[in-house]
Amino acid sequence: MGANTPTVSKTAEALPPPTERYSVVRWLHKNLFSTWYNALLTVVMLFLAVLIVRGVLEWAFTQARWEVITANLRLFMVGQYPVAALWRIWACVALLALLIGMSWGIWGGAQRGGAIAFGALPFILAIIASDETARLALLITGIAGIVGYALSWRWSAALRRISIIGWILYFPVLFVLVSGFGADDSPIPPAPTNLWGGLLLTLLLSVVGIVFSFPLGVLLALGRQSSLPVVRWLCVAYIELIRGVPFISVLFMAQLMLPLFLPGVTIDRVVRAMAGVVIFSAAYLAENVRGGLQSIPRGQYEAARALGLNPWKMTLLIILPQALRAVIPILVGQFIALFKDTSLVVIVGLLDLMGIARTVLAQPDFLGLQAEVYTFVAFIYGIFCYLMSAFSQRLEAKLHTGR
Amino acid sequence: MEHPPRPTSPMRLSRAFWRDERVIQVAAQILFLALVIWVGSIALRNMLMSLQQQGLVLGFDSLNSGAGFDISDAPIPYSSADTFARALQVGLLNTILVSVLGIVLSTLLGIVVGVARLSSNWLVNRIAWVFVEVMRNVPLLVLLVFIYTAFFLKLPRARQALSFGPIYLSNRGVAVPWGEPTDTWSLYVSVLIGALIAGAVVGLAMRWWQNRSGRPRPQVVPSLLTMTLIALIGWFALPQPPLALSLPEIAGFNFRGGRVLSPEFMALLIGLVIYTAAFIGEVVRAGIQAVPKGQIEAARALGLTPSRTLRLVVFPQALRVIIPPVTNQYLNLTKNSTLAVAIGYPDLFAISGTIINQTGRAVEMIAVVMAVYLMLSLVTSLVMNWYNRRVRLVER
Repeated sequence: MGANTPTVSKTAEALPPPTERYSVVRWLHKNLFSTWYNALLTVVMLFLAVLIVRGVLEWAFTQARWEVITANLRLFMVGQYPVAALWRIWACVALLALLIGMSWGIWGGAQRGGAIAFGALPFILAIIASDETARLALLITGIAGIVGYALSWRWSAALRRISIIGWILYFPVLFVLVSGFGADDSPIPPAPTNLWGGLLLTLLLSVVGIVFSFPLGVLLALGRQSSLPVVRWLCVAYIELIRGVPFISVLFMAQLMLPLFLPGVTIDRVVRAMAGVVIFSAAYLAENVRGGLQSIPRGQYEAARALGLNPWKMTLLIILPQALRAVIPILVGQFIALFKDTSLVVIVGLLDLMGIARTVLAQPDFLGLQAEVYTFVAFIYGIFCYLMSAFSQRLEAKLHTGR
Repeated sequence: MEHPPRPTSPMRLSRAFWRDERVIQVAAQILFLALVIWVGSIALRNMLMSLQQQGLVLGFDSLNSGAGFDISDAPIPYSSADTFARALQVGLLNTILVSVLGIVLSTLLGIVVGVARLSSNWLVNRIAWVFVEVMRNVPLLVLLVFIYTAFFLKLPRARQALSFGPIYLSNRGVAVPWGEPTDTWSLYVSVLIGALIAGAVVGLAMRWWQNRSGRPRPQVVPSLLTMTLIALIGWFALPQPPLALSLPEIAGFNFRGGRVLSPEFMALLIGLVIYTAAFIGEVVRAGIQAVPKGQIEAARALGLTPSRTLRLVVFPQALRVIIPPVTNQYLNLTKNSTLAVAIGYPDLFAISGTIINQTGRAVEMIAVVMAVYLMLSLVTSLVMNWYNRRVRLVER
């Protein structure tokens, strides 16, 4: 071609880019067999993958004794939580379904596929469930979710405030319902924390961890950015100390040293573990929030001061809302990490999902079924983590704050 | 020279001292410090009082008394007659061993995973993706316990050990061939040190030559070649080979010869490595993707070969993005090695836990453990920051 000096004709219309339409053979050639070493790699990997997948499927469907899971499902879910009080847990679940349905309708946007899949889940579980009460409770949960979704279609704008208030109120309600109060003859008698266990304990530990460590983390982040050297250095010392040591040493410290610090007060093991989770998670949250604070341009501070806002108002009304918004996806990531980390409380003797797995494996009927039990535990963690990261990705896309 | 007037508010002169911003700031700091010290001292006093009630006095004297427990994996000679301090040393060495090995292996595997995630081969790409997703969505503790109890402890007994050439897998661990040092080993160590120095000198000389001549000279290959050459000559020149190969063999209920790596150690190492490799893989992928395409095109346009483009253009730039997050992963790996306690590998944390159980000295042991991990974290960050400064873009 002799086009040494490219000329652009003004009348030429830009053609749309050629659409690539592949036949199966073209696709295979391009993606799997483009060069000889790619072809070799494909064959070797395919061989290995088939070998592994076939082995796993064969084990899962012919050798694995899944009855260890079905026989102990209630233990895995709520530990030794009193059976008479189980309706309280189910009420929390149904309430959660209502809130999720409502929020999905209001903010979920047009994507229906996910909503339908999510809404169908309780009904599918209800069909599988072997226990009559569980089936009934799952049906109510599913209906609550659908009611919430339907309500939000009808009165989307009006429900916005209600659902936000609902989310904020949900956590105290959850705690009152799960822990109970009053004497033993009150309508919801107290359920001692040593009976909490399984997935319930894992979720409660994570929720308490995030709810209480969030304000602490924000304060620490603000302290670290403070112009007062004493405050700044103390915050830096706390954050770096906690981030430099392993989580389980913090948990041990909370278990063994909190009773020494507060003699005469009996703090039960679950609360001590929660304290450990909060102490640890606050330092990491502080670093995440600091990232958000540093992303706020100086002009925002100057403009706020110029408008006559005092430092408190400037921080609360101008800086923090922007900073937190910028780091929401990272905070969700932190929450996922926290959720995974709570599995370590088994080492200080709590019966969370991992702890229950241990007790189940000690039952004489189910000796040696580690593969089944831990696969199930990993699956539960996997589902929750996957849902949270999917949520985080949608949030990120919605906020346009992703990096 | 005239100073510009200091910006003062018109109210300055009439302002009372308690409304002066500087006074408020100093007062606030003093107040805050006093509060922290007050709370801290109350906690400390309570702690000392509770300890007194238990008949304990803070101090590390008890570390010198006999430990009385055995440690299955001890890299240095240890018996139950040794002191607690010695037991802690064993734990520290185990922690360092697992961390260093884990860092090296997870880096290698992480690079493979990261490159596989970018592969144009669809199958390789998807397999790497599945691997990363599985690892990132499962807690490390579950993974470790799974590998330990559902794989290593389910292996056949030593007598029916699975063998892969000279390597045996059994529920007693992994038996591998090992070199037993002979009489000439100590001499050979100095030969190896000499080889290292010679290799470094050759490498530096080649770099000096490159800088002087302005033409690319190979540096790594000649230096490595010198090293191996000297090491080989030393090996064969000595009257007796410095290491005698010892192959494991099944003898009765156990192995003889070779080296048996305990199932706890293997499970911990494998778990840490594959877990961390998934995270490092994502970091590597992000780092390579962060290099602008124009850089590669420009390098090709200048006539650089593909391998040289990768080595001289893509890698140095990707490294700048990769190093800080990878440092974080190294720190995480070191801290995560404390999960050894869940599968019974005697690392520092597990041993301090045993000591707490035996002596009740929780405060001292937690202080020791925290100080050691802080120090390990500090050393790792110092090394990585030094390396980061070396590869950083020098701007103006």
